[in-house]
Amino acid sequence: MTVNTSKLPDPATILEPSPTQLLTRRAFGHTGLMIGGGILLIMLIMALFAPILAPFDPYDQDLAQRLIPPVWHDKGSWGHPLGTDNLGRDYITRIIYGARISLLIGFSAMLISGVLGTALGVAAGYFGGRVDMVITFLITTRLAMPVILVALAVVALLGSSLQIVIWVLGLLIWDRFAVVMRSATQQIRTMDYVTSARALGCSTLRIILSEILPNVANALIVVATLEVAHAVLLEAALSFLGLGVQPPEPSWGLMISEGKSHMFFKPWVIAIPGTAIFLLVLAINLLGDGIRDVTAPENRN
Amino acid sequence: MTTPNVLEIRDIYQTYQISKGLFQPKKPLHAVNGVSLKVARGEVLGLVGESGCGKSTLAKILLGLLKPTQGEVLIDDKPVADLDRLDIARMVQPIFQDPYSSLNPRKSVGSIISLPLRVQNAPNPETWQKRVEETMDLVGLPKRVYNNYPSQMSGGQRQRVAIARALINRPQVVICDEPTSALDVSVQSQILNLLVDLRQELGLTYVIISHNLAVVEHIATRVAVMYLGRMVEVADTDDLFEARQHPYSQALLNSVLTPDPSLGISDSHLGATYPNPIDPPSGCTFHPRCAKKMAHCDSEAPTPIDTGSGVVECHLYKD
Repeated sequence: MTVNTSKLPDPATILEPSPTQLLTRRAFGHTGLMIGGGILLIMLIMALFAPILAPFDPYDQDLAQRLIPPVWHDKGSWGHPLGTDNLGRDYITRIIYGARISLLIGFSAMLISGVLGTALGVAAGYFGGRVDMVITFLITTRLAMPVILVALAVVALLGSSLQIVIWVLGLLIWDRFAVVMRSATQQIRTMDYVTSARALGCSTLRIILSEILPNVANALIVVATLEVAHAVLLEAALSFLGLGVQPPEPSWGLMISEGKSHMFFKPWVIAIPGTAIFLLVLAINLLGDGIRDVTAPENRN
Repeated sequence: MTTPNVLEIRDIYQTYQISKGLFQPKKPLHAVNGVSLKVARGEVLGLVGESGCGKSTLAKILLGLLKPTQGEVLIDDKPVADLDRLDIARMVQPIFQDPYSSLNPRKSVGSIISLPLRVQNAPNPETWQKRVEETMDLVGLPKRVYNNYPSQMSGGQRQRVAIARALINRPQVVICDEPTSALDVSVQSQILNLLVDLRQELGLTYVIISHNLAVVEHIATRVAVMYLGRMVEVADTDDLFEARQHPYSQALLNSVLTPDPSLGISDSHLGATYPNPIDPPSGCTFHPRCAKKMAHCDSEAPTPIDTGSGVVECHLYKD
């Protein structure tokens, strides 16, 4: 009797799983990561397909339909599942459109600060010496400035538009990137594979791009997620204070601000956008923690 | 007939300025203090000495990673200062001690071994994979590990990957910084024998830095003993292990432990303290620990004395 060997895997392919496979396996087994990723995915879909998903126009006012309570309330109806605000605008529509602004600001500010902070941090960590001294001084200077206060001052001077808010936040929150990337780079650059790359004649740029950055990427991703959450919160705070996104744009922070006079008698007006901010920030943080756990299993506690 | 020197260093000094505090003047530390050495083609030079004697600094200078404060390095009779870093890389390559830190964990074996080809922009990219596979075969790595990552391999296999990366561009000199000390004992001999075989096959020249005198005795043809940044004795391996001349070489080689417990721990007479390199002893830097110290040792620095087969730096052998 012959055994059909074609069905058996080629011995050459029986290997330990590659790092990528291991990573995927661990990622799918991590509850926090899956929950965080799931919520974030829903928010992303909401933001991308807002015009299709939203039942109304976010700017349409209907003064006859002001402050309708959400559907679980006694007086609520399915006509406006999350009710309406004090100008009669449909709340669920504004929440869906608000996800766009929060995510846009969160990711753009993270990208700007990420590029700036990573460049500074890697340069400080890799070159050391005077470069490190100058950059450390910049970081300290930046840390000495209260973000909200500086952001308020700048926005008050330059006027507030979505773009200005993104740039102001992006140029203010790079410190954590720089600090983390600096120490991570210092650790990696003493490794023999960096020395080896130098001995092979690699240029400094090549060493940074292909030897250092891939090895600090884990820390970078974790900081990046945290900074998205940070930027989302800062945007909400700025909008709440009236110097962020301007009405009638549907920003979650602005919705809380507009609803604050109804806080005691119609609490859902601020509870709903508040919950949305909470969920988004929670999801991003869960995702960041999950990525850290999954990529650095030896540090898992 | 004289063998051409593939590597030569002339009177190398490497000085670091050590800061002792904010308002105190910096003090110089001579990591390498006037070392000259010739490495002939095809020879295996063992470099031994205590931790902190400047072996690794010297290795970095030989690799062109560190520009010596003073002195000249010649590769193939060409001064390193005139060479491009890619030219140096083609001629001199390192093998490091710890194969767990010398391979980028984010890259596959194929990508690690082919890096030198990519950096040098070697001709015919379509032949690169074949060249990588040939080199893997040369160092005894199976082809199936081509797409593996370092984390999936054993220490011995990783060291083979590091050797393959060093050899793919066929350098003339390989600087091995403790090539076996991070490996299991059973794997150490495999790697050493591989290095011996590769030397014959490719006509390599090795500079082997090691704490393990058994390794040096096994593989080196000539040994250089370093002490506090100076080359105190250079001799053929057999001469050195049979009849070492410098008191430091004698102490160092006598300190090797034997597996026989009844012999006890040999007394090297070295004492416990290694002098502070920022503040080296006067005269012969070895005199505070020397068993054969003479009256003028602490005032007069010895000069290198030619012994025929090598060099020794000690007042004992002055005529």
